[in-house]
Amino acid sequence: MTVLAATNLSIALGGRSLVRDVTLELAAHDRVGLIGESGSGKSLTAQALLGLLPDGMRATGRIVIDGRDYLEAPDRAWRRVRGSTVSMVFQEPLTALDPLMPVGRQIAGPLRLHHGLNRADAQAQALEWCRRVHLPDPERIVRALPHQISGGQRQRVAVAMALACRPRVLIADEPTTALDVTVQKQILALLDELIEETGVALLFISHDLPVVAGLARTLLVMRSGEVVESGPTDDVLRRPKSSYGRELVASAREVTRLASPPAVVTPGAAGTERGDA
Amino acid sequence: MLGYLLRRVTWLLGSLVVAGSAIFFLLRVLPGDPAVTLLAVGASPDQLDAIRHQLGTDRPLLEQFTGWFGGLLSGQLGESLFTRLPVLDQIVGRLPVTLPLALSAFVLSLLVAVPIGILAAVRRRGVAGIVVSALAQLGIALPVFWVGIILVWLVAVDWRLLPPGGFPRDAWLEPTLAARSLVLPVITLTVAQTSVLVRYVRSATLDVLNQEYIRTARSLGYSLTQALWRHGLRNGAAPVVNVLGVLLASSLLGTVVIESVFALPGLGTLLLTSVKARDLPVVQGTVFLMTATVLVVGLVVDVVQRLIDPRLRGGAG
Repeated sequence: MTVLAATNLSIALGGRSLVRDVTLELAAHDRVGLIGESGSGKSLTAQALLGLLPDGMRATGRIVIDGRDYLEAPDRAWRRVRGSTVSMVFQEPLTALDPLMPVGRQIAGPLRLHHGLNRADAQAQALEWCRRVHLPDPERIVRALPHQISGGQRQRVAVAMALACRPRVLIADEPTTALDVTVQKQILALLDELIEETGVALLFISHDLPVVAGLARTLLVMRSGEVVESGPTDDVLRRPKSSYGRELVASAREVTRLASPPAVVTPGAAGTERGDA
Repeated sequence: MLGYLLRRVTWLLGSLVVAGSAIFFLLRVLPGDPAVTLLAVGASPDQLDAIRHQLGTDRPLLEQFTGWFGGLLSGQLGESLFTRLPVLDQIVGRLPVTLPLALSAFVLSLLVAVPIGILAAVRRRGVAGIVVSALAQLGIALPVFWVGIILVWLVAVDWRLLPPGGFPRDAWLEPTLAARSLVLPVITLTVAQTSVLVRYVRSATLDVLNQEYIRTARSLGYSLTQALWRHGLRNGAAPVVNVLGVLLASSLLGTVVIESVFALPGLGTLLLTSVKARDLPVVQGTVFLMTATVLVVGLVVDVVQRLIDPRLRGGAG
């Protein structure tokens, strides 16, 4: 059953159109990748899905969560949905966490807010979540401040916060972009494990095709505020229909080749694919 | 933290030595001779010399300096040239006026400015935000003494609600009278300080509002107000505490102007009359104590900031 559906979602700032006619659907166990360059409107789309567009921006279309259209809903209605039905993980875990609050309390917060747990119970669940996101030495980490743990650990905390109230949709906005490549892999593996376990629908936003392709079963490709291509990940990768899609796939292949042993690189091949695009 | 405290206290003592010397020599450079104040203008040079000798102001500068510094070390600030009373006693005698004035203005401006500053930040595009900003700007632009005089004119002279100035001779033995005579001075000082503080609280709150952790909190279901309460108080406190230190110091020093507008026998008035009379030991002692207070407040502010934000404790400080 569909949890979240956006239909013809458009976003404008004043008279300037930033996102046009985005349509997407998320049901349990769905894994949708939203890919596009910076400025393509993918992050704005994500923010609109949580009713958190920056001041002055206006969304039109429909955002239906559990059968109710939230597009024009007041903030009080959105607040019941945020964190409990739909939640979000942000790009930069250092600034997304309160620098002066122990991470355990930050994870416990939404549990107290949505589930009405008392301080001790929420704290106990926060500790449990630290274990579930495989934080080392969880008893110590719940009391640590964000600057006292590593970047990867901070993103694990952010994931724990987002999943604490068992939402049914998780929006991950470039959650690995700020991390080292090795740490990036670990976070992707963690997300893979947790969404499999909980059945939470995933909307994974990134500019990095290989990262998205590893996790998403469906892809949406955005450019200049519009979805230029969509379909099952394998189809998009094998037979990109749009020119931008072909460009993306080609440059991703090029990166993969560079990473492989030099013998595999066939000179000119990358250039030919570029030419196709 | 202990090592840091030790370093800071050492630094404080060093600053006090520098400040003490600076105060001493700067006052000696000023024109004016206490002997002339004591005798009428036109006294004979012999008489003046005799008085100078009696006051000790004819001794070599270095000898006077070591005398003053030796006194400081043993906790003595010397005695007044005219009344022959210990300077410390005179200062302590003025505190029952100055301390309640400065402290209550400080606390009041804190109570008024913090909620108003936060409101002005949250509603920065609304009427409330614009009105608060404009009023704060006005409050900063208005000279303190002018606000005082207007208040006296309206409340004391026109409406006869409160005394226009002065302080009961029996001080706090007549609590109602004493308190009543401090109302207008406290309001005046509060107006001036609130205006400054509101702007800092507003900008600290705006700073917090733009932080990503507020967006995170909202993405988890907190309202803006809840998010601000949950994350803003502590994060916004660090910059505000810094200003509070400056403000506490300036409210002590600001009493000089306020006390002379309202004819209050406080520390500020003591300083003013002593300057006019060239009663150097009293001026020296008062200025030194005020400087020491400012330095100590600065130290306390640094320590409090470190308690609020543990990230500051990491560095060498």
